[in-house]
Amino acid sequence: MKKLIALLLVAMMVFGMVACGNNADDGESLKVGFIFLHDEQSTYDKNFIDAAVEACKNMNVTMVQKTQIPESKACYDAAVELIEVEGCNIIFADSFGHESFLMEAAAKYPNVQFCHATGTQAHTATDLKNFHNAFASIYQGRYAAGVVAGLKLNEMIDAGKITSEQAKMGYVGAFTFAEVMSGYTSFYLGAKSVCPSVTMDVKFTGSWYDETKEKQAAQALIDGGCVLISQHADSMGAPTACENAGVPNVSYNGSTAAACPETFLISSRINWVPYFEYMITQVKEGKEIDVDWTGTLETGSVVLTDMGKNVAEGTKEKLDEVVKGLKDGTINVFDTANFTVDGETLTSYMADVDFDAEYTKDTEVIANGIFQESKFRSGPYFDIEIDGITLLDRNYG
Amino acid sequence: MANMAKKTREPLLHIAKRDDMPGWKAWLIRLAAIGLGFLLIGVLSSLLTGASFGKVYNIMFTGVFGRLLKGNTILLWRFLQRAAILLCLALAVTPAFKMRFWNCGAEGQALIGGLAAMICMIEIGDKVPHGVLLLIILACSLLAGAVWGMIPALFHAKYKTNETLFTLMMNYVATQIVAYYVVLTSAGSGSNIIKPVPYGNLPILFGEEYFLNVLLVTVLMVAVYIYLKYSKQGYEITVVGESQNTARYVGINVKNVIIRTMLISGAICGVAGMLMVAGTDHSINTNTMGGQGFTAIMISWMGQFNPFIMAGMAGLVTFLKTGAAKVADTFFLNSSYSDIVSGVVILFLVGCEFFIRYTVKFRHSKKGGEAR
Repeated sequence: MKKLIALLLVAMMVFGMVACGNNADDGESLKVGFIFLHDEQSTYDKNFIDAAVEACKNMNVTMVQKTQIPESKACYDAAVELIEVEGCNIIFADSFGHESFLMEAAAKYPNVQFCHATGTQAHTATDLKNFHNAFASIYQGRYAAGVVAGLKLNEMIDAGKITSEQAKMGYVGAFTFAEVMSGYTSFYLGAKSVCPSVTMDVKFTGSWYDETKEKQAAQALIDGGCVLISQHADSMGAPTACENAGVPNVSYNGSTAAACPETFLISSRINWVPYFEYMITQVKEGKEIDVDWTGTLETGSVVLTDMGKNVAEGTKEKLDEVVKGLKDGTINVFDTANFTVDGETLTSYMADVDFDAEYTKDTEVIANGIFQESKFRSGPYFDIEIDGITLLDRNYG
Repeated sequence: MANMAKKTREPLLHIAKRDDMPGWKAWLIRLAAIGLGFLLIGVLSSLLTGASFGKVYNIMFTGVFGRLLKGNTILLWRFLQRAAILLCLALAVTPAFKMRFWNCGAEGQALIGGLAAMICMIEIGDKVPHGVLLLIILACSLLAGAVWGMIPALFHAKYKTNETLFTLMMNYVATQIVAYYVVLTSAGSGSNIIKPVPYGNLPILFGEEYFLNVLLVTVLMVAVYIYLKYSKQGYEITVVGESQNTARYVGINVKNVIIRTMLISGAICGVAGMLMVAGTDHSINTNTMGGQGFTAIMISWMGQFNPFIMAGMAGLVTFLKTGAAKVADTFFLNSSYSDIVSGVVILFLVGCEFFIRYTVKFRHSKKGGEAR
């Protein structure tokens, strides 16, 4: 027994000494705390993590990250830890569901700036001056990626592999709500702008990250006659299913060319470096951060990856033209002349922009014949089901 | 002659059972195993990150306990909270295990208990005074967990169904019910989230959010210890576990004991669920228990069904998980690192039981034998 106690004491002392080693690394420089839903294994989070590393390096500030933080009290706890233990001055969280928990932390720490990607509540939470939303007009990127998809369909039609009626795309979405709907609609409109006969089927997984479900949904779409797949969910599920079946895939969040060399066409993604640099600069200079910040192709926030080796001929030229048009405003993704709802052209639409429990449709969003996406808040609110797109199931989460 | 020698040759090594090892020695071996495990993860981490040994342990330690020396106890309390929930689930499965009833359903029993708490908080939270509400929540969680635990026990007692599979399956049923409730309650939000409910939250004692959770589990730990060791029912559990025929022979109603014990097991799981929902998250999702119901099975075994040792094991596992997560975040490793770290230490700890229960003997050479 004595030996045991002695051993325990020794162990504790050694541990204590090691633990007290170097605790004095608290510099005066700015510290930015990042809260990520998963880690680098998820394409969605990897996109944020890489950007955070780059931005913090460029701005010469310290980065502290907490990965694998679920959308629960754990998010609030992570924020508290980053502030109280690590001494962070800015907190950023990357997942939609983090929002309400982050707002709780924002209320508790009014002197810390909280920034949240993809959220929708900052512009109505006027008493929380230190809470901000940010997003990017990724619909522009998806539209451009849609053009690449449309050209690929045209190639298949010209080669006689499919008829123009068989030009059906499939889309694996996470939830049936605005962010996803805005995304797949812009993708579809991009494809339609070069391949007028295209139609699209959509399936929802009810999760932002579920490799098995995403793979199964993609396979089900392929079995249902879809000849090209894209997705808005964060695992490698859909791209893998496409590679296995030899079906072209338009990816999201970054290139999947390495894992899917034969079927990868292109991917759009949001580049968060411009926002991170903006947010850090504002805090450094003691200025306010925008309540709602929307990055665009112009700010470098929406980017397209390199194209895969099997895109249709002439894609590069067409893509450059489309990107230029999107940048200078000659192409508007949600131009009401380009789509119909139940056969009619839309002239008016009330969208749910302001957050409330009943999801009230509160704001007129069509002006000058264009659906004004991401104008009244950064988070998308296009939630219209347009002709040509069939929702095979729904998952409202 | 040569042939004869071959026949009687002993293998180089042979293994023999031993039961003569004194308790203190066994514990020394276990401690050494933990130490070796830590040493190995230190080496692994250094190789992976290029950081020194001391630095890795330091990050692990501060990741778990924070800046304790500067009087910052936030992380210490979170550590205690996590360990407490894990211990609570381990305490729940222990009576069943001691009876050799393999309750693998702690996850589901806790989830259902948590769901019961959540439903009370949402549905009647604003209609009932806080104190009364807490009592209702406690009662509902206990009951829900108990019922979820009792169902497999009933089937086992009546129809001899396999309890391992049955309890395991009940986890999936519980998860799906919670998923259904969450979708029902959070429809249209774009993410499966029930916002934190302000009603029916467990009170904050002494300014510490998790004080009550830790206190309740500590009381429960002592209670389970006394129940198993000193009560008549605890003795019945031991007898049924040793031999059901013996139990029957001495007049114990085996079926009743099984059902009663699973009621208790499930009810304690229900408490764990309540602590997570009313005492921690104030919300629920399918991942609220986060697989701890399965980790608890391991804690119970490693603690040899002794609640106090289990508390130590729960602390160890929590330390490893939290500390490894911090190291992973610091060096941009992914979640697999944390799995490896806990895996290594647990493997050492479980592996050393072999050397406690068995002894490895080398072959006596002829010469050595003669010399003796």
